[in-house]
Amino acid sequence: MTTSELSRLPRGHYRFSHAARMEWIKLRSLHSTWWGLAITLTAAIGIAVAVGVNTKDASADLTNNALAGISLGLLLIGVLGVLAMTGEYSSRSIRATLAAIPNRPLLLAAKAAVFGVVALAVGEAAAFIAFFAGGATLPGTIPAPALGQPGVLRAVVLAGVGFCLIGLIGLGLGAIIRHTAAAIAVLVGGVYVIAQIVGAFAHQVMGYIPISIVANSLSVVKPIAQGEGHFLSPWAGLGMLCLYAAVTLGIGGWLLARRDA
Amino acid sequence: MIEAHGLCKRYGSTVAVDELSFDVRPGTVTGFLGPNGSGKSTTMRMILDLDAPDAGQVRIGGRRYRELRWPLREVGALLEATSFHPGRSARAHLSALASSNDIPRSRVEEVLGIVGLAEAAGRRAGKFSLGMAQRLGIAAALLGDPEVVLLDEPVNGLDPEGIRWIRNLLQSLAAQGRTVFVSSHLISEMALTAEHLVVIGQGRLLADTSVAELAARSASLEEAFLELTGAAVDYRGSNPGGYPGATATPTAGSRRRAS
Repeated sequence: MTTSELSRLPRGHYRFSHAARMEWIKLRSLHSTWWGLAITLTAAIGIAVAVGVNTKDASADLTNNALAGISLGLLLIGVLGVLAMTGEYSSRSIRATLAAIPNRPLLLAAKAAVFGVVALAVGEAAAFIAFFAGGATLPGTIPAPALGQPGVLRAVVLAGVGFCLIGLIGLGLGAIIRHTAAAIAVLVGGVYVIAQIVGAFAHQVMGYIPISIVANSLSVVKPIAQGEGHFLSPWAGLGMLCLYAAVTLGIGGWLLARRDA
Repeated sequence: MIEAHGLCKRYGSTVAVDELSFDVRPGTVTGFLGPNGSGKSTTMRMILDLDAPDAGQVRIGGRRYRELRWPLREVGALLEATSFHPGRSARAHLSALASSNDIPRSRVEEVLGIVGLAEAAGRRAGKFSLGMAQRLGIAAALLGDPEVVLLDEPVNGLDPEGIRWIRNLLQSLAAQGRTVFVSSHLISEMALTAEHLVVIGQGRLLADTSVAELAARSASLEEAFLELTGAAVDYRGSNPGGYPGATATPTAGSRRRAS
């Protein structure tokens, strides 16, 4: 029996693609995922419309104003990222997950890839919808920004990318902290507090806060005046956000591999 | 075949498992018996590489768990009744696990049928009763049709019909030549289910013997077990002195409460 059972095992071994398929089924089979994403899109449109209708200054950065619509979504996608990991610990499904895929760095990579792709798709959808909704609802006297204008397409696309990266930072924090409430607290408040401590040594730290990078570096067409704070250029901001996501996921993966589940 | 050798695990200053060595052979049901807190679950988690031993190692068919090519097709485990997300349906939970090891989706429906959850498969698993949750955990363990089956306290929350179902299931798996390792703190249940016993107390091996041999040591299997674990019970209830019958085995009643 033993021999026949073992010879019945398929060739090869589990791979990234298997882990990714599992994570995709897990992500899509939770109502919270769909609620979070639906609220994100609704808020993106709602805020963009509200900002558009109330615009009075034609010289403002209208693209950036419309993209303010994804700000609530930034928080939500970060929380969804946290939950994708901490939900496994609170329900103890992490044990079933790791029994299926014992290679822990591979598992986290698959989780990050699946979540990242979903977050990117929703982020881009939210950014483009917010952009067009914000433009369409501007008062008749103010011309709507167009994607062909300098910097506009970049601002819209990077706003969606930033959305995805905030989600991945949440996922990494979830892997590091493992408790939902604590991880969300760190996501929302901790990053800011740490930034302030660092701020005692470097004044321009405001521009390095992840959420501020999305709002003030990635999604601006007209650079924000120096007097209002020092902000990174769009591409430097993107690099910084990628670094944050890589560091949190890296530490999360390292801890996941080392700790008992 | 599971081979545990010199397993040690401590959490802070608490020693959970202490120099534990045993083998679990294919073709029989091996019971893993010990009072609550004796280190059974910790040992189960170390077999699955979920917890890293401080010393010692476990091999399954000669390999460590993390070296298995298709873990769920080689080892099926029930750890806790609630190793699933409450917001997910039973079917989604099993489908996710199935895709992780390239197990055909038809097998999901098959195991749902085997454990009697076909009707409830679309409902959120968080709404399940303890018995249904236990059945979902058993479905997950059987999903990959594994050679080695590990079940941690599988009869918890099951009604008498469910307990008998588990017993028959385990025995038929063993009869097919599989390695079946099942933990319990209920000696009476193990007496009916297992042929071989690994008994531990306070993380240490107390006996590695057949059920028949252990039973022959004393008036009954339960007596033999209580004598064996008497020194190794962590949580003992107050002595029910004065109750008729409690005098013959002064702490038997309290031990039962401790389990």
